[in-house]
Amino acid sequence: MNPRARLLLGALLAVLLLLPAFASNYVISVATLILYFAFTGQAWNVMMGFAGQLSLGHSLYVGVGAYVAAAMFVNLGIGPWLGLWVAILVCMALGAAIGFLAFRFGISGVYFALLTIAFAEFTRVGFDHLQWTGGSGGLFLKVAQREQMDLLNFRGPPAMYYYAILALAAGALALCAWLLRSRAGYYWQAIRENEEAAQALGINTFRYKMFAVLISSAMTAVSGVFFAFYYNNLFPEQIFHISRSIEIILGPIIGGIGTLFGPVLGAFVLTVLADGITELLALFGVEVPGVKQVFYGVVLLGVVMFLPNGIWPSLAKKIGVGK
Amino acid sequence: MPSIDLIANVVVAGLLTGLVYGLMALGLSVIFGVVRVVNFAHGEMMTIAMYAAVALFGAFKLDPFLSVVPVAIVFFGLGYAMQAGLINPFITRPEHSQFMLLVAVAIIMVNVLLMIFGPSALNVQVDYQLESFELGPVLFDKARMYAAGMALATSAGLFAFFKYTSTGKAIRACADNNLGAKVIGLDVKHLYALTFGLGSACVAVAGCMMILLVDVVPTLGPGYTLLAFVIVIIGGLGSMPGALFGGILIGVSEALAGLFFAPSAKSMFGFALLILVLLFRPQGLLGRKP
Amino acid sequence: MRPLLEVRSIAKSFRGLKAVANASFEVPQGGIVALIGPNGAGKTTCFNMIAGVFAPDTGEIMFEGRRIDGRRPDQICVAGIGRTFQIVKPFAGLSVLDNVIVGAFNRTKHLAEARKASESILDQLGLGPKRDLPASSLTLPDRKRLEVARALATGPKMLLLDEVMAGLRPTECDQMVEVFRELNARDGLTILLIEHVMRAVMALAQQIVVLHHGEIIALGTPQQVVRDPAVLECYLGEETEV
Repeated sequence: MNPRARLLLGALLAVLLLLPAFASNYVISVATLILYFAFTGQAWNVMMGFAGQLSLGHSLYVGVGAYVAAAMFVNLGIGPWLGLWVAILVCMALGAAIGFLAFRFGISGVYFALLTIAFAEFTRVGFDHLQWTGGSGGLFLKVAQREQMDLLNFRGPPAMYYYAILALAAGALALCAWLLRSRAGYYWQAIRENEEAAQALGINTFRYKMFAVLISSAMTAVSGVFFAFYYNNLFPEQIFHISRSIEIILGPIIGGIGTLFGPVLGAFVLTVLADGITELLALFGVEVPGVKQVFYGVVLLGVVMFLPNGIWPSLAKKIGVGK
Repeated sequence: MPSIDLIANVVVAGLLTGLVYGLMALGLSVIFGVVRVVNFAHGEMMTIAMYAAVALFGAFKLDPFLSVVPVAIVFFGLGYAMQAGLINPFITRPEHSQFMLLVAVAIIMVNVLLMIFGPSALNVQVDYQLESFELGPVLFDKARMYAAGMALATSAGLFAFFKYTSTGKAIRACADNNLGAKVIGLDVKHLYALTFGLGSACVAVAGCMMILLVDVVPTLGPGYTLLAFVIVIIGGLGSMPGALFGGILIGVSEALAGLFFAPSAKSMFGFALLILVLLFRPQGLLGRKP
Repeated sequence: MRPLLEVRSIAKSFRGLKAVANASFEVPQGGIVALIGPNGAGKTTCFNMIAGVFAPDTGEIMFEGRRIDGRRPDQICVAGIGRTFQIVKPFAGLSVLDNVIVGAFNRTKHLAEARKASESILDQLGLGPKRDLPASSLTLPDRKRLEVARALATGPKMLLLDEVMAGLRPTECDQMVEVFRELNARDGLTILLIEHVMRAVMALAQQIVVLHHGEIIALGTPQQVVRDPAVLECYLGEETEV
């Protein structure tokens, strides 16, 4: 990283740290959402952007992570700090199972992507009928008094959630930066670019693909736990839905797949865009449902067509920072 | 335990619906088999066709069986334009890029429908929807019979096109050996667009038939997209009989799951089947080994 | 001393078509052996069996006295055999240096060490000035060099070179030959190469194995082989200008 990039990153972090001091609750909620997508996008990016394994079913890990921690909390009275670890382990086990099956049976590309969708959908319908977690009726966490901070149970004011997700997003960024410069990071990129050549250079491709899936599923599980305790209600129909998986991967793709800041930038652009469109439509008094999503789709189409590598690579060049 | 009669009725209904599913999936299969692009907006196109049938019925009292012709023609043109203008430049791009393109298209489609028709369920009502043939204890819904017949006829037409016409043969050559097709001077991009048009026309017919069987809401799209994937992979990507066979299989299994378990659990069996097929017979039940 | 690589009567068929039939040869420690023969003679199939892309139907392959046939390509590489691909397979999205670093990670976990080793290999192959370019921007001769650099970076005891001279100009070819000679003389690197460019074969090889229709028809020093009537008939007839 060059000095200029360091300076910009430091400034960004400072602004984000101080944000709750001067921003309204609305701004904080938007910022929380951005950081949530930045974090989750980063997790997906490890698998696809780094290791080249296209998952279209990441809602599986968000949903299972959320449900495990929330069900333990609601049904068994076990707090999120323990639930988090259980959620991570369960999601890693799921990721390992899917990865093992796919990679051992030589499933790749579009087929791998469809397999991940199938697992997510399968689980969605399963949770629809799992009475222990409320079935399709949903699972609800009691909304505690938002003024009081209860770190033990992860209940508290918006700023608490904001700082938690900020720490997660920053941590994920640091982790990914470190991973990319590690042997595993190089090996992932080699596998992404050409698996046969990677193997000829001594890389156990099965093991490293599995490693990518495990890291990604563990990170996404954390994102699910955050989701559960921030939104307080979970419906299989929503959390496992394929549109959720798509939502997760939009950020990294728009921002720049395989880059470190792509997921962050993409999350920012998309969330601000979505909110901006809502505001704009409200300003003009348009109240037709769907207008917002159409705009959204058109912008997406434009980015995909004209910035195939995402926004970050060209932006990075303009502001004079490296990758 | 439900009676044998009931089971027989449910299986027949599932089989007939499955043929309509099969036609929809056939469109996806043909597109993937030739263009090698997975149409992630397939189910959304299906819902557009359903709405088209609803609109034509509302405006001109046009029976969906008559709507088939104009809707299929328009869809063919739209499909051709979509491939020529939008997707052809993406042929050489990575898979995730193609995926995003079609997802963007799908998002736009769903929400334009929402803007025009609103979120509530719409349908068409024709008198033969309430009539049925009886064969012993088994009832054949007339609408379902006709729809299945139409799906079969359209599929047969498509088979014949690929088998007997020179354009159909050229498209198959493209699918078998893209480079070879270019070398012998075939206009690959035109053939791709033609294929996408044909796949879209299949969806158009399937959509017009489906509106006789179920109500339509804009959010039906992604579900149909997934359904089409499941069917095509189970049957064998690129295999035309496989798509119809997969459609019947899914139609029947959905119907039985609805009877023995909960209607909401019906898609679970499809996905379980999909996972098994991907792992143990990735080329699909009727697909050729690569 | 026991040969580094022993290939004992290996055979491979594809759908009933015999690609390699009962081939046996050895590569001595520190030696340079060339595998030559007309197109379709089974040279690359031999290579792929040694490199672990597929296992021989029959026969065995020993490296340092241990059986390696049937192992995966990555295990073969870890065992000490580096290979290049005839159709180059660069990691197109990575820089030239990063391509080589991937290989160097085979011998060290540390990025700094891997980078240092990679830089010196790139310098040795004349790619030093291009190390920060994306691999996708290289010309074909440079891509061939990159293949070699990557394989060398894994720290092999034996290098398998699959037509790395093809497409190089004579002077470039001589430079490459010089690099291999030096690696062989200085580091004792053992080399097995498939090559059509006889200029390079004659300059490098101590032993030549001639394959034709999947069978070995001659084996010996370059001088012996070029005088072998069977070889002249099937292969060298058109290239006697050696």
